[in-house]
Amino acid sequence: MSNSSPTKGRLKVFLGYAAGVGKTYQMLEEARELKRSAADVVVGYFEPHARPDTIALMEGLESIPCRAVEYRGTRFEEMDTDAIIARHPEVAVVDEFPHTNVPGSPRAKRWEDVVYILDHGIHVLTTMNVQHLESLNDQIYNMTGVRVRETVPDWVVQQAAEVVMIDLTPPALLNRLDRGVVYQGDKITKAKENFFKESTLVALRELALRETAFEVEARQPGRENTAGRVLVYITGDAASVPLIRRGKRVADYMKTECLAVVVSPAANVSHMVPEQRDRLQKNLDFAHNLHLETHVLTGTDIAENLVAFAREHGVTQIYLARPKPSPLNFPFSKDLVEKVARLARDMEVTIVAERAARR
Amino acid sequence: MPQAAKLTPDELLRQVQAEEHYARTGRLKVFLGYASGVGKTFRMLDEGRRRKERGQDVVLGAVQPRNSPDLDYLLKQIPVIPLLEIDGVPVMDVEAILRRKPLVCLVDGLAYDNPPGSRNPHRWQDVEQLLAEGVSVITTINVQFVEELREQVEAIRGKSVKVSVPEAFLHRADEIVVVDTPTDFCVARTADSYATTERDEQSRKLSQLREIALLLAADVVDEQLEGFLPTDGVAPAWGTQERILVCLTPKANAQRMIERAKVICDRFHGELFVIYVGQSDLTADGQAALERNLALARAAEAEVKLMTGKDAVATIIEYANQQRITQIFIGHSLNESIWGRFTRTTVDRLIRAAEGIDVKLFPH
Repeated sequence: MSNSSPTKGRLKVFLGYAAGVGKTYQMLEEARELKRSAADVVVGYFEPHARPDTIALMEGLESIPCRAVEYRGTRFEEMDTDAIIARHPEVAVVDEFPHTNVPGSPRAKRWEDVVYILDHGIHVLTTMNVQHLESLNDQIYNMTGVRVRETVPDWVVQQAAEVVMIDLTPPALLNRLDRGVVYQGDKITKAKENFFKESTLVALRELALRETAFEVEARQPGRENTAGRVLVYITGDAASVPLIRRGKRVADYMKTECLAVVVSPAANVSHMVPEQRDRLQKNLDFAHNLHLETHVLTGTDIAENLVAFAREHGVTQIYLARPKPSPLNFPFSKDLVEKVARLARDMEVTIVAERAARR
Repeated sequence: MPQAAKLTPDELLRQVQAEEHYARTGRLKVFLGYASGVGKTFRMLDEGRRRKERGQDVVLGAVQPRNSPDLDYLLKQIPVIPLLEIDGVPVMDVEAILRRKPLVCLVDGLAYDNPPGSRNPHRWQDVEQLLAEGVSVITTINVQFVEELREQVEAIRGKSVKVSVPEAFLHRADEIVVVDTPTDFCVARTADSYATTERDEQSRKLSQLREIALLLAADVVDEQLEGFLPTDGVAPAWGTQERILVCLTPKANAQRMIERAKVICDRFHGELFVIYVGQSDLTADGQAALERNLALARAAEAEVKLMTGKDAVATIIEYANQQRITQIFIGHSLNESIWGRFTRTTVDRLIRAAEGIDVKLFPH
């Protein structure tokens, strides 16, 4: 590691709300600007999208060739992270931050490659859309009916030195789409059926503006944490996933921590059927990847265990999933929500509803 | 799944009137910045140039004196309507613009006070007139010149500004664009002579202004979003902004709920709503408590809604869906071994009915 600098590189994120708003264009403009001011800049990965204006900006910039990867008989091009690190520029330009690498790559996600590059003391400029932020995944699904698969954990973006919003109004974007600037051929019609409805674009844009404002605010000193911690109760159920996202997002805004807690009757989870255990493990991994602290408590009374743990750990807000509608229509007094609410009278108990797609 | 709200006759009438008005008036587009030097004027002129190239009739109604080669080039591309001078003070020549009647008029620097004897005291009123006559306007403004934000911005900048534009005027913009450049860019331009600490201080101030500009734009965009909801037949989109609905009940600890809701709204830059669904059998004490709670709600700048309805849960949920509520706050009295029938059924039913809305429980 003789050529790696002891200090980490700085990350700058160009945040947009849809393809075609000009993220890559702005990023390359900045790369050129940096180069003019004598910085050593290389392009580590660039997605041309057949946009001539953007491609023209690549002229005169050094780029590191991609690495060809064979997967199930198909050739893929992936960013050559090792080559970038070997070249060791001051600044690397890396398009498409949320990209998922071909299976078998050294790291599963491009954002992990970027973190690796930053660890080697190289600054990185990158691009992403707001809908790829992990904590917004359920909201995006609700707004658009699209479940975004490639996501970036919030903590990664929060570590960026700077987040800049690349703003374009939806009418202007739709105009660009119609003129064939964003996509070509069939993709235009397809796009209009998904994200590219004006109302959807307006909603996504508002989300991006608020997210950028949050990122700007989070970088200002002087807001001390006065809120207690947030606890989310998780199980092997799918409803735990939106609960984790929601709890983490609230905790981030309150500048506090979010704890994910499992309650199991036995110290290990060996009593569970393997399938159940796998699902629980998956949810724990998910929480862990989003930088939640995870705890597995042993006990048979879930409500009592949760509330006692919460009290010991300075928790002031407990988040629970909404009880599943039961065919007998028992009032919830019979279930966990009621008992937790009764025991945790010194805390706030929040029931998180799942967000279904609304169209 | 909630239904798209049906329009009342009043809402329908307003919508029709709004559409007619929209067809007659010009479009307003605003480039919003948070400091000088972020490139608003460049963006405005560049858009003017592109529109002109596409065959639109574009004129420049007002421009602030600058010396920048980039701007000079753009300025040469667009015909200028010369400024008038009243008592030696330059003023946009609204009459000349209206005589020319272009499709688009560029107005650099929306926040500007005209000298006494002008057609209008403020430039934004000039722009209003152009719009009313069917001329579309593209203009620029910095966040410190928004009237309602002045105090907040002055506290950050430590300087006061003399001119301002009412926020409501920006809310009527058809398009608002934030010119968001990282703060380092501006600092580098202006702060070569600053010591490092001063530079940090400058950068911190600019960050705060930048945040305010982004949130103002988000609010304007949110209004545009509301415009889509009824016409698109789309049920309210959840969660673009946090919107909290506090349900007042006679026994609820309203003060605690409103305080907490206010904190969360402030942190998330959300909106606060308070609802009371009337009960006919309120005691005198109950009535007095309600009045106190409503006063608290108004003091917290909540949107207060008094409703009547046999089915409180249905009334609350209907209102929540209309207002795109993301969190409902409600009191519960789950301390006794057998709880009150009212709480059990109401809270339980509310949780089950709150499709896509979080429910936060507060003991009382």
